[in-house]
Amino acid sequence: MKRWKQSELVPVQVELNGVQRRGLCEPRVLLSDFLRDTLGATGTHVGCETGECGACTIRVDGVAQRSCLTLAVQADGRCIETVEGLAQADGSLCELQHALRERFALQCGFCIPGILMTCAEMLKRRPLPEDEQIPGLLAGHLCRCTGYTDLLAAVRHTVAEVRRREAAHPASAPSVGVHDA
Amino acid sequence: MKPAPFEYVRIDHPDELSALLTEHGPEAAVLAGGQSLMPILNLRLRRPRVLLDLSRCRALHDLTPTSGGLQIGAAVTQATVLSWPRLAHQVPLLALALPHVGNPQIRSRGTLCGSLAHAHPQAELPLCLAALDGEIVLRSQRGERRIAAADFFIAAQKTACRPDEYIAQAHIPCQSIDEGSAFLEVAVRVTGQAQVACAAIAGPHRLRLAVLAGQATPQVHDYPLLPEADLRDQLDIIARSLALSCASADDDAYRRQLVVSLGLNALKQAQRARDRRAAVDAQIMEHRR
Repeated sequence: MKRWKQSELVPVQVELNGVQRRGLCEPRVLLSDFLRDTLGATGTHVGCETGECGACTIRVDGVAQRSCLTLAVQADGRCIETVEGLAQADGSLCELQHALRERFALQCGFCIPGILMTCAEMLKRRPLPEDEQIPGLLAGHLCRCTGYTDLLAAVRHTVAEVRRREAAHPASAPSVGVHDA
Repeated sequence: MKPAPFEYVRIDHPDELSALLTEHGPEAAVLAGGQSLMPILNLRLRRPRVLLDLSRCRALHDLTPTSGGLQIGAAVTQATVLSWPRLAHQVPLLALALPHVGNPQIRSRGTLCGSLAHAHPQAELPLCLAALDGEIVLRSQRGERRIAAADFFIAAQKTACRPDEYIAQAHIPCQSIDEGSAFLEVAVRVTGQAQVACAAIAGPHRLRLAVLAGQATPQVHDYPLLPEADLRDQLDIIARSLALSCASADDDAYRRQLVVSLGLNALKQAQRARDRRAAVDAQIMEHRR
């Protein structure tokens, strides 16, 4: 059992996009705020803080979840991936990000970090989803610009690219171009 | 919108949880997946003095098939239940209903027991527990008690769980092989709260329909095998008797209409599923002969 008083500063250590990071926070601090305010990783956006909008979605131990519905203390020792970790080390965009740019799928961009993390996880788990499954990827996300059509087109484009590559080189396992951190 | 300050305890053993609940009672809140509790804390609708986090308590992570059903520990996530390979075979209703609960990102943290504890009137899992005659195991320092779903849900977001108790596990009986199931829901957002949801189970001699339509607790109705016209009459009775508090009379009428159409479709689907299952069984028997 571990017990922390309400005003106590708790040491929290996470692996953030492959780098060990450490910070201090009160027990009530949300993981989304810890990432942004304590660790300075502001790529993760904070919208509704009730789990509705999906903007704050990150991956914890590889699984997409809401960082606004998790306490920072609960993430201690976990492996966290945020939108900052999607691009390659040299700064070049991952295939999904690239498709979003090519298809003009970003408007204000507020919802995008969460949507990218959900789509990245889903496509990693199932690189070639059926076409009718693709809209379901966005079911847990709100885009206030209502830009869903172009977002879906970008995801479809990414899937089509994977399918094309697989047809050209059937031996290689399908990959969505979302590299492992 | 940040939670008010609280003392945080990471529970390693169920005994610690019982002891702390005895000590703090109503001033404590139990945190499992947090997908219902965290929004409430963020909106400061609750300000517990102590937060008891059971999510890393190994003893509460068990999903155990028993002779009669499935035992689901307090920390088992909805995603874990949904990915249990035999779910569709043993508890088909739950396999049909779980995809309607939140969305994948919510289900990856949200627990089945947590949703039952929260007892939201528009939540799918309390409805399923009631339809399946499930039971809940409540634990405290005074001991353990097992309580039927029908006695557990008292009112909207109010359950029989006392301040010194926590839900240790839910017990869901296996469905019989000769039953068919259906789950239908209408919601404004696919992943949002249900306006109306219907869980139907069709056995060889009886039909069961559980209805969620904004009433405080899940309602379960049992019928003999009735022709469609009689079922429609029964559903009309349910729809008329609903005490709704919708924003407008239109909403109210719409919801009543949904109860009739969804309820009827769910019952028909469940009967078709039952007949398909029986046909497959007959084929297997034929093949063996």
